[in-house]
Amino acid sequence: MPDPRLSLRGVTKSFDDVPVLRGIDLDIGPGELVCLIGASGSGKSTLLRCMNGLEPVDDGEVRFDGVDIAEPGFDLAPIRQRIGIVFQSFNLFPHMSAYENVALAPARVLGETDAARPRIEALFNRFGLADHMTKYPDQLSGGQQQRVAVIRALAMRPETLLLDEITSALDPELVGEVLDVLRKLRDDGMTMVLATHEMGFARDVADRVVFMDQGVVAEDGAPEDIFSNPKRDRTRAFLSSVLR
Amino acid sequence: MTRRAAYEARQRRRANTIAGLSTLAVVALVVVLVPLAPGWEAVQRSFFDGETFVNTFPTLLRAFLLDVAIFAWSVPLIFALGLAIALARGAQSAALFPLRIFGAIYVDLFRGIPVVLLVYLVGFGVPGLGLPRPWNSPYIWGTVALVLTYSAYVAEVLRSGIESIHASQRNAAICLGLNSRDTMRYVILPQAIRRVVPANMNMLVALQKDVALLSFIGPVEILRQAGIYKSLLANFTPYVVAAVIFLCVTVPATRYADYLLNKDRNARS
Repeated sequence: MPDPRLSLRGVTKSFDDVPVLRGIDLDIGPGELVCLIGASGSGKSTLLRCMNGLEPVDDGEVRFDGVDIAEPGFDLAPIRQRIGIVFQSFNLFPHMSAYENVALAPARVLGETDAARPRIEALFNRFGLADHMTKYPDQLSGGQQQRVAVIRALAMRPETLLLDEITSALDPELVGEVLDVLRKLRDDGMTMVLATHEMGFARDVADRVVFMDQGVVAEDGAPEDIFSNPKRDRTRAFLSSVLR
Repeated sequence: MTRRAAYEARQRRRANTIAGLSTLAVVALVVVLVPLAPGWEAVQRSFFDGETFVNTFPTLLRAFLLDVAIFAWSVPLIFALGLAIALARGAQSAALFPLRIFGAIYVDLFRGIPVVLLVYLVGFGVPGLGLPRPWNSPYIWGTVALVLTYSAYVAEVLRSGIESIHASQRNAAICLGLNSRDTMRYVILPQAIRRVVPANMNMLVALQKDVALLSFIGPVEILRQAGIYKSLLANFTPYVVAAVIFLCVTVPATRYADYLLNKDRNARS
């Protein structure tokens, strides 16, 4: 295996003395699509937020291309451009059009005001939103908003994408269009970590599935192994409760 | 018409009839009872004299333009200073701690002093330093007093707007690599300012009325002009004229603020 893109060692995190992550060891290789599954409250979202420093970890190492970004006081801004994140609730800026949402960070952070335009328009085209660039978030469906949020992250040309239950707030008939976006990105070789409840997607598309339980990685393996032949009792219990 | 629509139409007619009748009764009582008061004729002569009303109206309206002018040049100063104070109060870094303290003291101080008192203190106090013309002008120091008070209020309103923007917006901006300054400028502030427009409209209505307090330190605006007429004509009608002129501006503005507030509430629910 080549050097991992992201490498976590002994990561712990508590909120007000409630331990959420209790010693996470995890490697994400370049170009891998890793799905985090597990019950609500198992620490999937928190783990993702620790991977780009949005939540500071209490202890342990988070190495991104070998650099420990969990070092207290580490300047995260340059790293955050290289790790995109997309949230469950989209978090588009409601006062900006879809295009402005996407163009803001390239203009302010990369200094690409006009230079980014062809790239951004190509992204809108590619993900089927060319007709919606001038619309405001409240004029778009949930699936469209979430695709804009993905485009917004991609416009910064990240090498890694963290996706936090990005289909959980969508109506069932809109989930497919967002998952299709992820399939395309996977074909591009984007490194992705996806917290998800979409077991079908995890089984079909993921390179690896990581089952989290009570703040630790309970099982980690190829999707066929996890779904067809789970080794741990709690993995089996979780899967039988969600796959009915 | 459906059964339900017919029922609702009946209910509406009934409610309108009752409201009309009770309003009529109250108006009739006022019209009948007030003139029965022993001093009514004297009050009518000195407050509601038609001829005085017509004669003093044009001059008072012209004097009101001075109120409007003072209002107009105060507003940009108030919002610029209010925004600066609001941002100062939200300053995060340790080096800017004095700024944060200054913002807090400023807001407490100038919200805690009655406007009229501040107009007196600044309007008489500062020119008392013996400044040369035009720096002893009551226009300048009256404006300063208004700006000090109202920028403190506006700062608080803006700060509440900034704090009402959900943390997820800030997170989204920071995760894109924006620094905290750009996050505030492009993401938080535009939303916060929009959200507090109705509250600020109410503030502007209050300011338009408080401009009249500058009459105490010299400028011959509408209130002072009305006072001059009162002494000249021995009649209080000019004050009523001034009140009517104020209402012509403040009532539509207040209604507009309420309209914005309702629109905002509906949009968010």
